[in-house]
Amino acid sequence: MDIIKPSKNDKIVLGVIYTLLTLFVLAIIGPLIYVVIASFMEPNALLTKGISFDISNYSFEGYRLILSDAQIIGGFINALLYSAIFTLCTVSVCVFAGYPLSLDHFKGRKIIMTLFIITMFFGGGLIPTYLVIKYLGMIDTLWALVIPGAVSVWNIILARTFFRGLPKEMSEAAKIDGASEIMIFMKIVIPLSKPIVFVLALYAFVGHWNDFFQALIYLESQDKYPLQLVLRRILILNKVDPNIVSSIQEQAELARLSELMKYAAIVVSSIPLLAMYPFFQKYFEKGVMVGSLK
Amino acid sequence: MQQSAKLEQNSIVKERSNRTGFKEVKRCIKENYWLYLLVLPSVALTIIFKYFPMYGVLIAFKDYSYRKGILGSEWIGFHHFERFLNAPNFEQLLFNTLKLNMFGLLLGFPVPIILALMLNQIRKAAVKKNIQLFLYAPNFISVVVVVGILFVLLSPTGPVNYLVTAMNGTPISFMSEPDYFRPIYILSGIWQGAGWASIIYVAALANVDPELHNAATIDGASLLQRIRHIDLPTIKPVVAIMVILAAGGIMAGGGDKAILMWNEMNMESADIISTYVYRVGFQQANYSFSAAVDLFNTIINLIMLFTVNFIVKRVNEGNGIV
Repeated sequence: MDIIKPSKNDKIVLGVIYTLLTLFVLAIIGPLIYVVIASFMEPNALLTKGISFDISNYSFEGYRLILSDAQIIGGFINALLYSAIFTLCTVSVCVFAGYPLSLDHFKGRKIIMTLFIITMFFGGGLIPTYLVIKYLGMIDTLWALVIPGAVSVWNIILARTFFRGLPKEMSEAAKIDGASEIMIFMKIVIPLSKPIVFVLALYAFVGHWNDFFQALIYLESQDKYPLQLVLRRILILNKVDPNIVSSIQEQAELARLSELMKYAAIVVSSIPLLAMYPFFQKYFEKGVMVGSLK
Repeated sequence: MQQSAKLEQNSIVKERSNRTGFKEVKRCIKENYWLYLLVLPSVALTIIFKYFPMYGVLIAFKDYSYRKGILGSEWIGFHHFERFLNAPNFEQLLFNTLKLNMFGLLLGFPVPIILALMLNQIRKAAVKKNIQLFLYAPNFISVVVVVGILFVLLSPTGPVNYLVTAMNGTPISFMSEPDYFRPIYILSGIWQGAGWASIIYVAALANVDPELHNAATIDGASLLQRIRHIDLPTIKPVVAIMVILAAGGIMAGGGDKAILMWNEMNMESADIISTYVYRVGFQQANYSFSAAVDLFNTIINLIMLFTVNFIVKRVNEGNGIV
């Protein structure tokens, strides 16, 4: 690529750029590495010496404790369930909507698009939305987390842009052969739209997995809490599952261990996302770019 | 935009000249009813969960009680707005919100751009990919976990205070100190979001023709000159759009995270309008007042969005988003 050798000055500038980038990357991964190492530390060593690379100071105590917190497992399962159902809802609703809106001969698409786009700039707000959901009797049910957020205007625009980019020839040929619109959609468009479905599904899943606020507002019973709300209790409100402690002595011990538990909780909660991360790589730029251009 | 408006007008004229308008619509729906069925769920959900609440925002002008419902409750006009504007903590809330988001924007906005310009200088594609993988990672961590990491790292017995005491300082309780709230909030925001936000600029920079750089180099342009005169103009339109979007969210930003970081000790600077809306609405169940404060916030946001859009359009040769 580079035919021309950089000048001396340019080399210095490049050196500065590379140094700054390295520093930035270190600043980003530093805290993460610290958390991972700290989660494997022996509690006393962590308190007195901080983290070390001495193998003899390592233990799984933090993980044993966090996994004996019944709510963590329950929250994990709840979050998986909610995120999976939400992903299914939002992806199908948005892909269904995106297809007709991408067709030029679909009458009324301007009105419908306007209806959607207004909601991007103006909304009733927290309380009126809450009241609607309360009125529908969805409070403290999983539906409150899954249905109201299912329509995402961004996702509809993404899907629409994707469908516009599909070659028209096939659907036109099918039309001439007498295929109905629904046949074209099911037999031709859907099989071609795997990439967009995958992108939307990944982002929907991660977004829902990471969200705590909806659950905080709409759920009341603790056994329905998704992982993020359980994490909030452990990490931020500083409360441990009362079932783990049986005696006062243990309670004092637990206060000492709570720091360690937090590290382990952070690591455990990130595992599903870490597992999905490689799949993302391919789609990072795709998702963002399609959205930004339209 | 103008063009599409013209097109729309044309089609309206056409439809009007079509005397069988209603029949036409009926025929069209009949022919394509599957397509209408496909958009139906999203339209229905939008009306129920987005437009009903817009109607429900009327409670901001009423003395709402759940028993009487939205229509049955009594009108009290702008009472709640007046109450909010005259509240003793009004100025604190407004300035906290503005400061948090303004500083966040001023400090946070340039970072992804600089990052993208620097990433663009890496010649080896594989190296660039790997660095990006690290840079994007924090974006996928939940806000609860990010605040959780802040709590453990900044706790009085955590590693940061370990360093502070090692340098002969006294441990600082960062998370309950009002003075530290904004820096922690903004820096952790940059930590989490800057890499991800740089994607859009990196992609825009990928469109630069390498020949342009080669030609400029032959003409004796230094690296910095090339960045200034080739790379920066390339991303300018993207920057303009991002400025508008960011400005539109200037009062909205960060409710979730602030709710997590907020506590009685740091509320002097951590109490912003979104935490207040949440607190008044859900902890005190004062629905009408909370809705009024929220509406006030939304309207200021809209005004900001249109103002900045107007300014950017002027500067950016007529290209805005609205």
